[in-house]
Amino acid sequence: MIPELGHFALIVALLTAIVQGTLPMLGAAMREPRLMALARPAARAQFLLVALAFGCLAWSFVANDFSVQNVATNSNSELPLHYRVAATWGSHEGSLLLWTLMLGGWSFAVTLFSRNLPAPMLARVISVMGLVSVGFLLFLLFTSNPFERLVPAAAEGRDLNPLLQDPGMVFHPPLLYMGYVGFSVAFSFAIAALLGGRLDATWARWSRPWTTVAWSFLTVGIALGSAWAYYTLGWGGWWFWDPVENASFMPWLTGTALIHSLAVTEKRGAFKSWTVLLAIVAFSLSLLGTFLVRSGVLTSVHAFATDPARGVFILVFLAIVIGGSLALFAWRAGKVGLGGAFDLVSRESMLLANNVLLVVALASVLLGTLYPLFLDALNLGKISVGPPYFDTVFYPLMAPAAFLMGVGPLTRWTRTPLPELATRLRWALGVAIVTALIVPFLLGRWSLLVAFGLFLAFWIFATTVVNLRQRLSSSPRHGLLAKLRANSPSYYGMILAHLGIGVFVVGVTLVKGYEVEKDVRLDTGESVALGGYDFKFLGVTPGPGPNYRALTGSVEVRKDGRLIETLAPEKRIYNASGQTMTIAAIDTGFFGDRYVSLGEPVGTDPTKIDGAWGVRIYLKPFVDWIWMGAFLMALGGFIAVSDRRYRLALKTRAARVFGGAVGNVGAD
Amino acid sequence: MKPRTRRFAWIAAGVAILGVAAALVLSAFQSNLVFFFTPSQIAANEAPQGRPFRVGGMVEAGSLVRTPDSLTVRFRVTDTAKTIPVSFTGLLPDLFKEGKGAVAQGMLGPDGVFYASEVLAKHDENYMPPQAKDAIDQARKGTTMKSLHQDSKADR
Repeated sequence: MIPELGHFALIVALLTAIVQGTLPMLGAAMREPRLMALARPAARAQFLLVALAFGCLAWSFVANDFSVQNVATNSNSELPLHYRVAATWGSHEGSLLLWTLMLGGWSFAVTLFSRNLPAPMLARVISVMGLVSVGFLLFLLFTSNPFERLVPAAAEGRDLNPLLQDPGMVFHPPLLYMGYVGFSVAFSFAIAALLGGRLDATWARWSRPWTTVAWSFLTVGIALGSAWAYYTLGWGGWWFWDPVENASFMPWLTGTALIHSLAVTEKRGAFKSWTVLLAIVAFSLSLLGTFLVRSGVLTSVHAFATDPARGVFILVFLAIVIGGSLALFAWRAGKVGLGGAFDLVSRESMLLANNVLLVVALASVLLGTLYPLFLDALNLGKISVGPPYFDTVFYPLMAPAAFLMGVGPLTRWTRTPLPELATRLRWALGVAIVTALIVPFLLGRWSLLVAFGLFLAFWIFATTVVNLRQRLSSSPRHGLLAKLRANSPSYYGMILAHLGIGVFVVGVTLVKGYEVEKDVRLDTGESVALGGYDFKFLGVTPGPGPNYRALTGSVEVRKDGRLIETLAPEKRIYNASGQTMTIAAIDTGFFGDRYVSLGEPVGTDPTKIDGAWGVRIYLKPFVDWIWMGAFLMALGGFIAVSDRRYRLALKTRAARVFGGAVGNVGAD
Repeated sequence: MKPRTRRFAWIAAGVAILGVAAALVLSAFQSNLVFFFTPSQIAANEAPQGRPFRVGGMVEAGSLVRTPDSLTVRFRVTDTAKTIPVSFTGLLPDLFKEGKGAVAQGMLGPDGVFYASEVLAKHDENYMPPQAKDAIDQARKGTTMKSLHQDSKADR
């Protein structure tokens, strides 16, 4: 009964979404207030209906209703409760439902925080979101119904893939989707602005906080995914340039570019068409990413052949959304002016360079991700594009971006005299160079790459300090606290996000430069020396788990003969699937991780577990700084949107729009 | 600066960045594409010597041999028509099993052994890596072997 209720809720949600997607839009075109007024209630009703459907699916998982195909395939009665809830989005169907739920949630949020939006604008924004929702609901109902019954019902479920039975599964997909889907708001604002023929600074100010929030969620989502891969796959890597990762990284790159170009559009009225285009591209890539990961194309382009309806639907949907919005852009954006002129050394030019570099990086990732798929689809052979390609292309493109990041915030709009800039940056450059030369020696081994990476990181830190000092000393207020308070949250958000990049660069540089990896064969009682530590293997002991059997190893770590800790890496054999999982034991520290994971028994009789084992031992200096940096970036984003001016400005701006006045308040 | 000079500077800078980027991308692409070959193709000498590539297929049942006192393993990968011996030093992934699909990346030695630097298994037990499956499909199409006892579960 409950699954049918969910199914029914989805059908009603589709009908509501159709109303939401058409009538307010029509109302905006006809200037009919009654039709426009439908936007809010329709969007809210649609969200509640999808939430009801999602709740029904989650209930089916929690209640172990194996008469539902989706539950029988992706769950098991032995599965702990929190993983049964997480299994709701563990399948293709469930994850699409989560996507639709998020979309409804963002629409709901827009209806809440849009009191000051002009009615036609709100009507169009909500309508565009409704239309996207229609696409997803159609896809769910016609090709991927999550409530499909299994006749006869299964006695027991096939279990959630053990790889997914991890706390990461509870948090990573929802946060990632919050980010993906959040870009739909910026997209809808862009489309609404194109439809309304009004692409001004107001539009940018409205989209900015939404874009920043979405970007922050996406940042956390990607970072969690990366951390998950690091500790769970037993490979100890934090980024593999896997197509699945790239699918989430491409919207992130575009979103980062969008945040920066929105700043120019809001403050200077420049880059308008470009910003709109980025908003469209960011969401298109989110859609592409979702489908790449979720349709099975990545595992094989021929996966479409097993269910042609899905493949055709996806291609048609992508063509309509991307093609339609780009066509609209081509049609309407030509009317938009270029905005104010600016000098070669100015904040505009810095942000333009940032955008060019990010978009080129995006194009290179897109090429490396899609090219193998195209070749395969056209039967021109099978290739794979590995990490070396991405490393060679990506780092050289991002290094100048990181360098300019130090300069950009110190430049002024329109024009900055170069000598003045050079004077301000002199000592920051000195600090960065000295650190880059000395620190690698302290860490044991000097190498050009490490020095360069540290130079970039400390360049970012030092220029940030210069920037902050300048802000504080030029403030007319007295007392440090008052001076600090004089700056806006959006300024501190920017500072924090940039520092996050610096922290991230430190992590990446030092892991790449100084990590030690070793796979060894260890007998019980045997030890191996690595990076100043002695690792002694004491054998494995079997033990039970909630839905698996565990083999727990014991590895003593000593430094200079003194016992530091005993690490307990695990091997888990899951009851339902018989699948084996490696759980690494990681001692996480501020200065780096010690990482031990078990391979398999490699003694003369491999069926005996008390002989020799293959053991993987890694030392990962500063690896956690990578995720710390990402969290600082996201935190910066959240702080930036807490800025009061977004709320206050909305009111004054909206009033001005209604008054018909045109003007630019200028930089804060 | 005159507007025209400025515009020229912008365009020049843009073209320079794009040019450098394109050069980077193409050279990196050229040298980092990893091609995929089936055991049959390797047997027909189609695979390159001295350049890394990928091979995929089923790990032949009973072919896995460990070298004592080291982490080196040897096994044979088959596409049901031909097989190729593979040598790998390191820890095998959790899902590596005899009779299941696997993809290995590495180089072909002069002795005809494929020296793998990496064995890939990003898949669960019901699922075969697409490249391994393709190798078998191709071999099935290309030969007239009648008695194939493949695990049909793998095709799911």
